[in-house]
Amino acid sequence: MESFLGRYRNLIILVGVLFLQVLGLAVQVKTGANEDKDTRLIRIWALGAITPFERALVWVQNSTGNVWHNYFYLRGVRAENRQLKEQIEQMRVEQVRLTEDAAQARRLQTLLAFKEQFISKTVAAQVIGTSGSDLSRIVTLDKGENAGIRRDMAVITADGIVGKVLLVSPNLTQVLLISDQSSGVGAILDKSRLQGVLRGTANGEVALERVMSDEQVQPGETVLTSGGDQIFPKGLPVGTVTSVGKGKDLFLSINIKPAANLSKLEEVLVLTEKQERESVADDHVRVRAADILAQRLPSVPDKPATVGTPTGVAQGASEASAGANTATKPADAPGSNAAGSVKSASANTPAKSTTLPVQPGKTAAQTSVAQKPKPVNKPSTEPKPEGTQAQPATQPSIVEQKPAPVAAQPDTPPPTQDNSPQ
Amino acid sequence: MPITYTSGEQVEVYRFSLPVTIGVPLVALIVQAYIPKYFPSFAVYVDLPLLVTIFFAMARRNPVAGLFTGAIIGLVQDMLGSREIGIYGIAKTVVGYGASSLGVKLDVENAGARLLVTLGFYLVHAAVYFTVARGLVNSTQHWSWAHGVLAGLVNAFLGVILYFVLDRFKQRT
Repeated sequence: MESFLGRYRNLIILVGVLFLQVLGLAVQVKTGANEDKDTRLIRIWALGAITPFERALVWVQNSTGNVWHNYFYLRGVRAENRQLKEQIEQMRVEQVRLTEDAAQARRLQTLLAFKEQFISKTVAAQVIGTSGSDLSRIVTLDKGENAGIRRDMAVITADGIVGKVLLVSPNLTQVLLISDQSSGVGAILDKSRLQGVLRGTANGEVALERVMSDEQVQPGETVLTSGGDQIFPKGLPVGTVTSVGKGKDLFLSINIKPAANLSKLEEVLVLTEKQERESVADDHVRVRAADILAQRLPSVPDKPATVGTPTGVAQGASEASAGANTATKPADAPGSNAAGSVKSASANTPAKSTTLPVQPGKTAAQTSVAQKPKPVNKPSTEPKPEGTQAQPATQPSIVEQKPAPVAAQPDTPPPTQDNSPQ
Repeated sequence: MPITYTSGEQVEVYRFSLPVTIGVPLVALIVQAYIPKYFPSFAVYVDLPLLVTIFFAMARRNPVAGLFTGAIIGLVQDMLGSREIGIYGIAKTVVGYGASSLGVKLDVENAGARLLVTLGFYLVHAAVYFTVARGLVNSTQHWSWAHGVLAGLVNAFLGVILYFVLDRFKQRT
């Protein structure tokens, strides 16, 4: 017996070690330890041993990168700044249009007593590592419970959803990406409104499952979160359909290109607070895109107002040009509209303009008073002076008083970002 | 082929200092977790913890030490992922045992032998992982020979370079 044990000692130890690991696996599979957090502590220990070094590497990399980008490599910054300002202007106009749509949707939702979900607070975190395996698609964040992050919270970027929180320790978070095989997200196709389940595939791609094969889905269609998983609020961008094929069991095989670049994640937002409330119709005075445009268009120097100018055709134009007629003439002046309003359309965006309280039925632009006309051919990208924003709290300031939209919920209040350094 | 059969007296057994024994696998795990943040393909084609397992197992030429080295490195790798703990552990235990057993019988000090041994053990590792993941954990895995051989070659070439670097830490018994 002793000779047998001595002869096969190595093999016996191998079998013993393998048996123990198989037993451990069986227990995990049987009890669903992956879900039940039974292995949480041991995983946190392993992460705790690895991540300090990763943090140090990220810190060194960021420090050197910051020195280079902030002090040396500033080429093209002015041009980029100009471009971004133009983009902001365009987005402001777009925002007004969306706000109108949202207000309409809210009124309808109010009628139906819908409940909406709002993102009320987010925590910004940096990605410091990965699992190191292509079979387990997770990333590690540099913030944890101390920053208010909890298990099953949604993780997003500005482009789209990223994943959900899988494991949290006081200062670390593991995020399961939507490209992992074990992830599942409720999703809806934007145009066709078909619902499905978003899952990761074995090769790291993302697919939309559970869409019946008799449905029509076109490549290029946008996919949004449906809110059905109770993790992601409804309407966040998920990605676009890249290909549609016949799948198994009467379902389509739909491949999705994620909106967020999952392979190059740097910073992400963890949604730490969501609010649910019933829709309330917005009774605020509407501001139209045309009003905003009119404010930013180059203006013609003011001419004295002509009383009794024919209104006729120019009536519509006066409205479309922000109703600046009231800015250059007394509000009760007869015929205070028409061509005169066109030429002074942007007269309420000069360097020193003040605003009056908005009267019912009038826009903020219509009530502003120009003190100094804007010069002709002044670029529309000129930053708006602060004076134009100084309005009473009850007024619907064109941009500032409307909450920033979040994804497909344009009326959602802006998320609060906790960027406090750890 | 440069692989030659050697008697038990001919092979040299090496040992490593404690900092190297702990530090090298730790660095391998850190690099394996950090680099895919910037180069996602790294995680697809390279398995540094596996290379370190093979190196230590072949250098020590002790099957028990080899299997425990593989088991520990594999289990830590499992802990960093989201899957059940033990899949990498089992695969690397087998590789650690096999590499050290092979090291006893073959001269695996030259580059050609190391290249072939690493390629072979990469495939063994992938096969064991696939079997365990599919058979025990019921995970959806797809076997691809093309990917296996390509990743095996990448690891083999990287391994040859890495082993020459790590040879500096060897201590004769």
